Amino acid sequence: MNLNATLIAQIVVFFILGWFTMKFVWPPIMKALDERASKIADGLAAADKAKADLALAEKKVVEELRKARESAGDVRGAAEKQAAKLIEDARSEATRIVAKAREDAEGEAAVAAQRAKEELRNQVAQLAVAGAERILRREIDAKVHADLLANLKQELQ
Amino acid sequence: MATGNAPTASEYVVHHLTHLNNTGHAQENVVDWTVINLDSMFWSLSLGVLTVFILWRAASRATSGVPGRFQGFVELLVEMVADQAKGIVHSAESRKFVAPLALTVFVWIFLMNFMDLIPVDLIPRIWEGIYASAGGDPAHAYQRVVPSADLNITLGMSCGVLLLCLYYNVKIKGFGGWVHELFSAPFGSHPVLWPFNFAMQIIEFVAKTVSHGMRLFGNMYAGELLFILIALLGGTASVFGFAGHLIAGTIWAIFHILIITLQAFIFMMLTLVYVGQAHESH
Repeated sequence: MNLNATLIAQIVVFFILGWFTMKFVWPPIMKALDERASKIADGLAAADKAKADLALAEKKVVEELRKARESAGDVRGAAEKQAAKLIEDARSEATRIVAKAREDAEGEAAVAAQRAKEELRNQVAQLAVAGAERILRREIDAKVHADLLANLKQELQ
Repeated sequence: MATGNAPTASEYVVHHLTHLNNTGHAQENVVDWTVINLDSMFWSLSLGVLTVFILWRAASRATSGVPGRFQGFVELLVEMVADQAKGIVHSAESRKFVAPLALTVFVWIFLMNFMDLIPVDLIPRIWEGIYASAGGDPAHAYQRVVPSADLNITLGMSCGVLLLCLYYNVKIKGFGGWVHELFSAPFGSHPVLWPFNFAMQIIEFVAKTVSHGMRLFGNMYAGELLFILIALLGGTASVFGFAGHLIAGTIWAIFHILIITLQAFIFMMLTLVYVGQAHESH
């Protein structure tokens, strides 16, 4: 329990060691700690950002799927519509052709009937003339009685 | 210890409590500035160098990547001291020196205290062998291995803290401001109160410094003495003595692990507190 020069020496050593730590120990460790802290902060921020990006991407995927489904529906609708239209066109075309054919046939039939009538009329007129000739036993001048014949023909029409 | 006969208990204790100094015998005067304790200086310096070497090793390899166990441990200490310093010393500029100093003091004092846990006779025995083989009288082969159980060492460090406090008092408040505080605090600035203020301030500085050094010294000295006494128990070479040595030694050593850490921590904290007080105006 005696005091001696050890005390003085210890004061000197105390400050030298403190100075050494201040100069060579503290700054590198503090620097490493600060750098690591900022690294960790960056890492956490990146993780948060990645999470947000993922959520965004998922939302986008859902949206795209919805759009694709929608457009597929559109395409199918359009196709169905077109098919219906094609069928409809074909049907109306067919109807038109059938109608036209019928009309043509009817026209032709009418013409033929007309011609037949005409012929019949002529023959009837001749028959009548021939009949009358026979009845009258004399020759009727066709030229003189043309008017008469024409009238007759008219009446037969 | 003794060449022929075994020493008496009191001879054994006195031998263990005598420093190896430059005079070769125990110091006679209470205060003698021509004497230096070689054992305390050797162990204090060695452990101080070991302290800064350990810290420097960690610092030189410190990276911001994943730390290893050793680096992690040192970083833990650094962060603990840095946090304490930040809470106590409110000046970033002063912390640049005070915080590293506190770290060094903590580790250094822990290592010095730790010398108490080394078997109390081990190193003195080895020293006796060396001393005797060098032709010395083993009876005078003094060796105390716990530097913090030497009042010079602990008071040396607390005086270092005192110098630091005086330096920061002047630096922060200016010389005039500090002198003004010496005479006007704590009672007031009335001229009649000046002597009382000044006396209180001086008492405060002395009490702080002495108690700071004495606390560590007292704990370590008492611990060392107890280890010596427990060793004496074993020295009786009886069944009771052996069992007592074993049990008491184990219990005291385990308890001492707490004390040496706690005392190192207290010394560090008080260093920060006193320096922090030097920054505050009364």
